[in-house]
Amino acid sequence: MRPNLVLYEEEFNLVTDVIKRLVTSANAKVVFLVDKNGQLITSSGHTEGIDTTSLASLTAGNIAATGGLAKLIGEKEFSILFHEGEKDNIHISIIGHRVILVVIFDERSSLGLVRLRVKKSGEELEKVFAEIDNKAGTDTSGLGVDSPFAEITDDDIENLFS
Amino acid sequence: MSFINYSSREINCKIVYYGPGLCGKTTNLQFIYKKTNPQARGKMISLATETDRTLFFDFLPLSLGDIRGFKTRFHLYTVPGQVFYDASRKLILKGVDGVVFVADSQVERMEANIESFENLRQNLAEQGYDLDTIPLVIQYNKRDLPNVVSMEELQKALNIRNVPAFEAVAPEGVGVFETLKAIAKLVLIELRKGTGG
Repeated sequence: MRPNLVLYEEEFNLVTDVIKRLVTSANAKVVFLVDKNGQLITSSGHTEGIDTTSLASLTAGNIAATGGLAKLIGEKEFSILFHEGEKDNIHISIIGHRVILVVIFDERSSLGLVRLRVKKSGEELEKVFAEIDNKAGTDTSGLGVDSPFAEITDDDIENLFS
Repeated sequence: MSFINYSSREINCKIVYYGPGLCGKTTNLQFIYKKTNPQARGKMISLATETDRTLFFDFLPLSLGDIRGFKTRFHLYTVPGQVFYDASRKLILKGVDGVVFVADSQVERMEANIESFENLRQNLAEQGYDLDTIPLVIQYNKRDLPNVVSMEELQKALNIRNVPAFEAVAPEGVGVFETLKAIAKLVLIELRKGTGG
């Protein structure tokens, strides 16, 4: 069981930067980064009009289902999924066994280009997440020493529901 | 496993509604969806069969407001309750922060409740969680039906840990928000402890 995923400003900016560059280099419409539990980490490109929360949850469900299929036939995971539509296509890949990179693209790009660029960005992202894991490794809660949550009072929690 | 983003000051937690087939997990989410301010919720997604049985999961994102300057978001999921969807149930428990066990109060579903509860224990263990320690709330649904088991008996059979438990009539909303509030509280308390799922 992994600790909580905690993203501080510095790593968040590093990750977002990689995603932004990928949108341009792959000629993509949108790029998302989602954690395996279905939570959106960051996105870039033409996200307006897209329900990003639903997209994140369904992507994770998709990866979980294909991961289950993989295990049934003795594979560890299927690290790349590709869905082809009439206009838009979705390229999904697992980065460092932990996060999911989603690229949506149309005829202005191609599967070959997307695969090539995703590979490079994937390597960069893997480094950043390895760094995040290192940081979390020194703190078993994964919340950081200065966690604002250690101070939550019963009243704070109660107020959420008032 | 919650996800804490210091950059956007957000905290995301995952709550799973578990229980035997037709106990009312989806109905809980539908009622929450119906009664929540549209600004505080996202779209509800139901991956269901043609006969409206849950095939993979239902999903409802909710925002509860700020806590210490952090937006708190809860992602509610249901599992498919039918016994043969066990592979899917396991997947949905990945990264769970809190579980609501929805029991069907009817006498004839008692065995199904117990079987589902044991199944929950097993599937949690496979993901590295312990049903005896994970944030858990129990809901006894369908209390309006005539052939229900008494609360004492239900508690004795299912609530071994003595966690918060609520009587409910999910289609009418009885007990639905009480259940949600209780599990959200337990998850936040767990986060405060710093063990975080």
